[in-house]
Amino acid sequence: MKKIELNDVSVSYIVGDFSTVGLKDVIIQKLKGTYTEKEFKAVNHVTFSIDEGELLGIIGTNGAGKSTLLKVISGIMRPTEGTMAVRGTIASLLELGTGFDGDLTVKENTFLRGAMLGYTREFMNDTYESIIQFAELKEFEDRRFSHLSSGMKSRLAFSIACLVKPEILILDEVLSVGDGAFRKKSEDKMLEIIKGGATTLLVSHSLDQIRRMATKVLWLDKGNQVAFGETKEICDKYEEFLKRR
Amino acid sequence: MLDAVKNQITQLKKHKFLFEELVKRDFKKKYKRTALGMVWSLISPLMQLLIMSIVFTHFFGRDKPHYTIYLFAGNLTYAFFKDSTYGGMSSLMSNAGIITKINLPKYMFLLSKNVASLINFGLTLIIFFIFAAVDGVVFHFRFLMLIYPIITLIVFNIGCGFILSALFVIFKDIQYLYDIFTLMLMYLSAIFYYTDTYPENVRKLFYLNPLYVYITYIRHIVLDGYIPGIKTHALCLLYALLAVGVGAWIYKKYNYKFLYYM
Repeated sequence: MKKIELNDVSVSYIVGDFSTVGLKDVIIQKLKGTYTEKEFKAVNHVTFSIDEGELLGIIGTNGAGKSTLLKVISGIMRPTEGTMAVRGTIASLLELGTGFDGDLTVKENTFLRGAMLGYTREFMNDTYESIIQFAELKEFEDRRFSHLSSGMKSRLAFSIACLVKPEILILDEVLSVGDGAFRKKSEDKMLEIIKGGATTLLVSHSLDQIRRMATKVLWLDKGNQVAFGETKEICDKYEEFLKRR
Repeated sequence: MLDAVKNQITQLKKHKFLFEELVKRDFKKKYKRTALGMVWSLISPLMQLLIMSIVFTHFFGRDKPHYTIYLFAGNLTYAFFKDSTYGGMSSLMSNAGIITKINLPKYMFLLSKNVASLINFGLTLIIFFIFAAVDGVVFHFRFLMLIYPIITLIVFNIGCGFILSALFVIFKDIQYLYDIFTLMLMYLSAIFYYTDTYPENVRKLFYLNPLYVYITYIRHIVLDGYIPGIKTHALCLLYALLAVGVGAWIYKKYNYKFLYYM
């Protein structure tokens, strides 16, 4: 069965001055008639579908709309046009390290993040030890989160999301952090999850990684879908495209 | 309508763990960093009460019995409203890092902030009763009816929090405008003065101010010894439902649009 299906999906952002000016200014601008709001299409008519157990690599230069697309799939944003079906529980790791609270301890943050990802307290009580072991942060568990290095932070975030066997795993530039040893370990862990039948979306700038892991590739450029299909073919083309730039 | 409520309840159950963790977080953040912790949040309204009673007893309270309790009732309600709505206002923006990354019901952040304010209010309320007892206020069974203005006030606060948090996402200067607004509201809520010297039709205007209604209800029970009439009850409920109704509508309408402004 198709786990994720996107049909002609477009996403627009509203852009304007409102986020920098305040209510007073907006009222004055509206009275004067100079108030403007623009739409900006971050994702433009994207269509693809992937089966259970596949790993879709999403590639493209900065501003290609990769992260926006992931936000739509994880339900944070809604497509402005087109239809979408996502079947299964999602664990999403968009930009690691964010959404944690620096004032709380590592342990408190682990439980909070677990709760955000929709796990139960019982589950977290049972799994906490293996999460903290996998992240190699046992001796830091009572330290304040803000005292961790950025590598440690992403290790923790990765461990929380991955030790739970989600049906759909969304990873945004996750594996490019952490030291070499952990990177190897996390790749193994991900392959294990994928073999266990999970469907994975992976955004990465490491083409090498995409080549090794992805079963399908989606290439975006400035919001437009350039290609979707076999890993080798598209990666080759993308590499050429990067060289020509 | 009923289905929607049922739906919300199952949602809440599903997110019970998250809600508990958020409450814990907000609570810890609120008190962890201050030396006196929770004691400080009690001292500050009491200091305010002390100052106000020193200054105003001379002007307004000379021939009134239990003036300090009268003042306290007003202050207590106003402080709860202010604390809850200020916390509510920032609840979306301060969790922007989470909201833009993980798909969660946004009202959870507001509700968890409100729990912290509610605990504070509860503790101040206990002190209020102690003061009242010391001041010789006679306790009576009708005090149980205080639950009515308190519950409607909680709902009213949550509703205002909804509205303010949504506005704050879009307009960052709402904070300063709200400072001015709450200051004006304080002077209009008859916290330290009496309204019985105003002509009848002016006094009616006070009831346009929701806070005044809640304060008056509490004062009638504690100081005047009677439960207010049906009209006051209706007003308490009306303001609460209005605030929550408008707030929920905004949240529903802008649920997916907040993101653009964060």
